[in-house]
Amino acid sequence: MRLTPEEQGMLAGEQGRATQRAMEIIVTLGHIYEAERLLDVHSVQVAGVSYRNLGEAGLEFLRDWAAEGARVRVPTTLNPAGMDLVRWQHMGISQEYARKQLETIEVYAAMGIQPTCTCAPYLVGNVPGYGEHIAWSESSAVVYANSVLGARTNREGGPSALAAAICGRTAEYGLHCDANRRATLRVEVRCAVCGLDEYAALGYLVGRDVGGGVPYFVGLSMAPLDAGSADVPQEGTSQDALQTHDALKLLGAALASSGAVALYHVQGVTPEACIEGVRPGVDLCPCGIPRLVIESLEPAITALNASVESIDLVVIGCPHASLEELRQVATLITARSPRGQRLVSDLWVTMPRRVREQGEALGLVQVIEEAGGQVIADGCVVVAPMQELPYHTLATNSAKMASYALPHAGLQVRFGSLERCINAAITGCWPTHQP
Amino acid sequence: MLQSLRGRVVVRGQAEGLALVSDKPISFLGGVDPETGLVIERGHPLEGRSVAGRILVFPGGKGSTVGSYIIYRLAKAGLGPQAIINAASEPIVAVGALIAHIPMVDRVDISCLRTDMRVILDGEVIHFE
Repeated sequence: MRLTPEEQGMLAGEQGRATQRAMEIIVTLGHIYEAERLLDVHSVQVAGVSYRNLGEAGLEFLRDWAAEGARVRVPTTLNPAGMDLVRWQHMGISQEYARKQLETIEVYAAMGIQPTCTCAPYLVGNVPGYGEHIAWSESSAVVYANSVLGARTNREGGPSALAAAICGRTAEYGLHCDANRRATLRVEVRCAVCGLDEYAALGYLVGRDVGGGVPYFVGLSMAPLDAGSADVPQEGTSQDALQTHDALKLLGAALASSGAVALYHVQGVTPEACIEGVRPGVDLCPCGIPRLVIESLEPAITALNASVESIDLVVIGCPHASLEELRQVATLITARSPRGQRLVSDLWVTMPRRVREQGEALGLVQVIEEAGGQVIADGCVVVAPMQELPYHTLATNSAKMASYALPHAGLQVRFGSLERCINAAITGCWPTHQP
Repeated sequence: MLQSLRGRVVVRGQAEGLALVSDKPISFLGGVDPETGLVIERGHPLEGRSVAGRILVFPGGKGSTVGSYIIYRLAKAGLGPQAIINAASEPIVAVGALIAHIPMVDRVDISCLRTDMRVILDGEVIHFE
């Protein structure tokens, strides 16, 4: 690997121990992936935020690094915490956990990182451009940035993303290179895929099959992406385009969690698989690659549903909900739950703080809270200390959440459409036989 | 009889111990309990086994990108593997091994190795019987 004089200096400690430590991590990765050089990164997303996952040892590691002078050189955003940073008591989180979680956020903030606390940084202003090199962790954000935005990142680990932010570099390997962005599996979808849960189910099935490869989807009917509307929707963004963003978000998250997918293409929809994105000489979906035909989503439904009928907690927003998803939840509650009647199950709608604020301005948060539901910013069920809370069963429309619920949170799970999830919140029940 | 394999160094070091081998990838976040060192992924061939002190052999990592910190936590608590041998490494496990100072090699034909074999790792060379 050829390092520039500045990079060699950083590795030798000329810019301090913190930067040297960061370069050691970046160079080790470059070595194992036989990269020829390093690239400048435009932004970073850091995982390893929830105190539940970091633990005291992880927090110590971060504190030590900060004390050595670690400061980020590029715009850097943060993954969800294990709780709402402001309203954590409403979630039933303990004072002890909260103290440690807030301390963790402070250490990151001291390094110059924006405490966005969301797995969907593209909803709060961290929106990489087409072809831009970035270093993101959080598997669902990685697959979104690569696939939906056409940016370029590998699946970074928490520490490797932080290292990239501190030295401003990543090694040129993997998905930073054209050749590795070509499809390795052609997926022909022959069944209807409409709701967000169905996109999630599709991702779950394909992820299991493709592992770490690059799937290329044909047969999906989706409205085209609105250029530049990955961020919180602008005036005039069509309903269909919003739906496409959210559908791709859930598809990717499922692919990235049941498999190890960091990039997928949807013919005619995602930027690299559209006419405008096709690079001369690059065959995005080469002949002769294996083919997977999806005739039915049933195997996913079966795999992601335990036979529980009583639902303690309904969770919407994995990945973090967009304003449009928040609106859909509020609309369903208004339509299906008599005014003034409280939900039987607990309901958490998780999202970035910015989306919560916009939802509040539109009266959407009030609808959910008046019914007894919670609109949670910053936090996430997957990384929250769920063992401290009295839940045993969960319902969700996210395949990622459904597949993580038992191993990460000890919860038995029901998976289905947003409508069925809200019905479950209203009645407390997920009947086994429902049309 | 002592046999040898050669891999590629990811984190240089030396280790000796008993192998714990799986032909399925391991997700450290959610798949290994950092408090006990036990594999907890339901249905995993190694479910219920402890990685502590073992030469951990598996195809490669999978799952959440926070796995690196789980590896770090295991090592700090004295529950980490003595070494990691992968067929093909990926960043989560590689960086975890680096920050936890766990010797690691990849590009190894792991089908030769079995659980409870005595394994010696020295740089890129693996001796086993």
